[in-house]
Amino acid sequence: MKLKSLMLMSGAAIVAMPALAQEMADEMTIVSWGGAYQNSQLKAYVEPYQAMHPELKVTWDESSAEAVAGMRAQSEANNITWDLVDATAADSMRLCDEGLAMEVDHDELLAPAPDGTPASEDFGEEMLISDCFIPQIAYSYTFGYRTDVDAWDGRTPDEICDVFNLEEFPGKRSLEKRPHNNMEWALICDGVAMEDVYDTLETEEGQDRALAKLDTIKDQTVWWTSGADTPQLLADGEVVMGSSYNGRLFSVIEEQDQPVAMLWDAQSYDLDGWVIPEGLDEPTLNRVKDFLYFATDTQRLADQAAWISYGPARKSSAPLVGKHAELGIEMAPHMPTNPDNASNAFVQNYEWWADYRDDLDSKFQAWLAQ
Amino acid sequence: MTDATQGPDAKTGVTPDTGLRIVEEELAGPVLAADGTPLRRSLNKALRRQKLRALALIAPLLIFVLVTFIAPIADMLFRSVENQIVSETLPRTVVALRDWDGEGTPDEEVFRDLARDLVIAAELKNHTRLGSRLNYETTGASSLLRKTGRGVDDIGEELTDQFIALNPAWEEPATWIALMADEGWIADQAEWAAEKEAAQGPFTTREPAFRLRDGVAEMLPRTADIYADFARLIQTEDRDSPTEEEPWNIVYQALWEDLTLGPVTLPEDEPLLAEAAVAAPTFDALSVTDAFVDMDRDWADPELWGTIKAFSGKYTAGYFLAAADFQLTADGIAAQPEDRQIYGLLFGRTMFMSLTIMVSCILLGYPIAFLLANLPMRTANILLILVLLPFWTSLLVRTSAWKVLLQQQGVINDILVWTGIVSNAGRLALINNQTGTIIAMTHILLPFMILPLYSVMKTIPPSYVRAAKSLGATNFTAFRRVYFPQSVPGIGAGCILVFILSIGYYITPELVGGTTGTFISNRIAYHISSSLNWGLAAALGTILLVVVLVLYYLYDRIVGIDNVSLS
Repeated sequence: MKLKSLMLMSGAAIVAMPALAQEMADEMTIVSWGGAYQNSQLKAYVEPYQAMHPELKVTWDESSAEAVAGMRAQSEANNITWDLVDATAADSMRLCDEGLAMEVDHDELLAPAPDGTPASEDFGEEMLISDCFIPQIAYSYTFGYRTDVDAWDGRTPDEICDVFNLEEFPGKRSLEKRPHNNMEWALICDGVAMEDVYDTLETEEGQDRALAKLDTIKDQTVWWTSGADTPQLLADGEVVMGSSYNGRLFSVIEEQDQPVAMLWDAQSYDLDGWVIPEGLDEPTLNRVKDFLYFATDTQRLADQAAWISYGPARKSSAPLVGKHAELGIEMAPHMPTNPDNASNAFVQNYEWWADYRDDLDSKFQAWLAQ
Repeated sequence: MTDATQGPDAKTGVTPDTGLRIVEEELAGPVLAADGTPLRRSLNKALRRQKLRALALIAPLLIFVLVTFIAPIADMLFRSVENQIVSETLPRTVVALRDWDGEGTPDEEVFRDLARDLVIAAELKNHTRLGSRLNYETTGASSLLRKTGRGVDDIGEELTDQFIALNPAWEEPATWIALMADEGWIADQAEWAAEKEAAQGPFTTREPAFRLRDGVAEMLPRTADIYADFARLIQTEDRDSPTEEEPWNIVYQALWEDLTLGPVTLPEDEPLLAEAAVAAPTFDALSVTDAFVDMDRDWADPELWGTIKAFSGKYTAGYFLAAADFQLTADGIAAQPEDRQIYGLLFGRTMFMSLTIMVSCILLGYPIAFLLANLPMRTANILLILVLLPFWTSLLVRTSAWKVLLQQQGVINDILVWTGIVSNAGRLALINNQTGTIIAMTHILLPFMILPLYSVMKTIPPSYVRAAKSLGATNFTAFRRVYFPQSVPGIGAGCILVFILSIGYYITPELVGGTTGTFISNRIAYHISSSLNWGLAAALGTILLVVVLVLYYLYDRIVGIDNVSLS
């Protein structure tokens, strides 16, 4: 067993060797989200990689929120200035569709798991949602609530439909200002089974039904556009519960020690990962590939979880997740993929949203504006 | 006061123009300059030199403005009508669809063209871009084309097998080259291949571009058409040679169509073709329509085809219609369903709120400017710094500060509750609505009102008001009849600045506007950065630009732009 994995590892090293032998650019522009997430990338793999390659200069561009528009503009201007872009699953799909991101062969580009499992199996089909997408983490949209609300008489929300229950849990909510997830949650709480949600949402009646359910809390809702909004609103007491990325809520609970708790019920999974812009020159592409081989291996993805509470995208990374690098708390219970948290989770259907997003968004925005 | 001939001179002084005019008006014969040339020419020369010098002086700025401002705007505005992707990706389908009456599913012939177009589009990876484009009009087109792109290269597979079963020669690329390629090209290609063979080291010369044989396009039109595209793509995309690649299934499909559907006159020296022409009618051919509908039943949906037909032109009014809450369908223009109408509302709201912000700026700015203009210089300067201070603070910081102040658990509400003006349960909603946007934006734009007002008021001599008072006017009358009319140009300048700035504002409404306090610019930003529907964004932007220009024109007609002064 030991011999075998040793051989495989040296095999992996040989596979990586040709990339090393090629000419590689000394500069790389990485586009990411800024904040705690970018920091986790910096600590887990960019700094270690730079330690191995001191000649490399990395420039960060905190533009992932505008990744799609930015890459399209650069492609149209024929001036690609981004070398590696961090994007959400849905954005990566769009970029792939538009021919702006490069299609990759995951097994060729990425390291196998330590036991030799090829990368495509280690990530799994549910992670490799598009040919251009190189997953890093699984995160989720979930709810946080304040634990000190007097009006709740000691009750705490423990299921998703408590968000829609103004009688027992009065107070303002914050929801994202787009239809994604909100429509799904509304239907689930209107009695639609989780597996039928998207079929229902395809019909006008289903959409109206979801909006009618959201109508019940509309005037008690603050709509957020930035992931930092809900944690801030919760900390200020502006809202009593709200949806956000689980990592942001982790930070407000554990790092800032606010009286907030997580409501994991019906959390909605989403993915985040790398895409390589189409049209890079040869040396830059070699550098990006070499970096990706290192940055998405089993250990590096597990290391990232020490800095932020997002689940590594590789199956082989999960057992290696340890403690938070600064707080020293076990990270496994805070992962969205942890079995206790994931019992009633659902996966956002990216392909479905790629179809319905334009139509539903105009309906949703028209509903909001009324 | 002045007559017409003196008028311009009185304002601008003597210019070479003046000399020219005098020459024209007063002297009939040619007047000579000191060096003997006619004075007229000499003056013209001087004038031209002066104009060129002026142009040279402004040239850097002019070029800068053209390149960085005018050109990008023009390019963006052009996108609001541009719609080449449909006709470029589906050239054959678009032509075939012209005869479709919009009822039911188009016939097999259209699907055959679609198959040819989509095989090429999938090879170029253009089909998903087309899907994104059509998805703005018909929900589901995005996944439909993604899915179809994966399966479309199987269309005609059964015919490929049957042709090869009939005669294995059909599998050979050489058979196809002999049938399709121009003899000159075959010779060129052979020469190139020999050179490549002989070359030591890397060989960079590209294979000569494929040429069709004369007459083959008349003999086998569909086959020649698709084979030419096949050869071209193999050469340009795959960097390979058609002499080494077996054609796609769709080429066999086209050959079968040519042999069975049209009257074909085959030359006698093509035994292979003659054999195929006899056998082809007996082949088991599947319906292309069924193949598409099997891949996704949406292909049978007339609505989808209506969209393709409606957007088949190179230019479209579709984006402008969408921006006005209409939609373009196969049957013409129809109103958007009521629950999707949003842009009219947003345009109206943008106008209303910009006007409100402008009026609040006048009400708040006028007294401050008046105070500044009438205080001693030293005090005025200190106050002026306070007015300018917000300019030196980041816009985001200022807006976030308003959040802290205005939110329900914020400073203002806390003070109101503490003083007992409102109850704890009745805290005011001052943010995430129109009120929030108006308060924050009035604050941000206030300096743009105060500064022009101040600079105009500085120039109003205090003696006028004193004179009015000495003639018996009350304070109010002196202000209303003497001071205020003189400050109107400042109000005009401030109004234009504030209104036009606020109409295009986007960060502040996004942060504090909630759902009822957002502007049309927020939707434009959404379409630019999120939905990637740049055409719609461009149409919305164009409408906004036109509205601003129209308002500016009206303002000029009613108030007069000469009445605007910044100092």
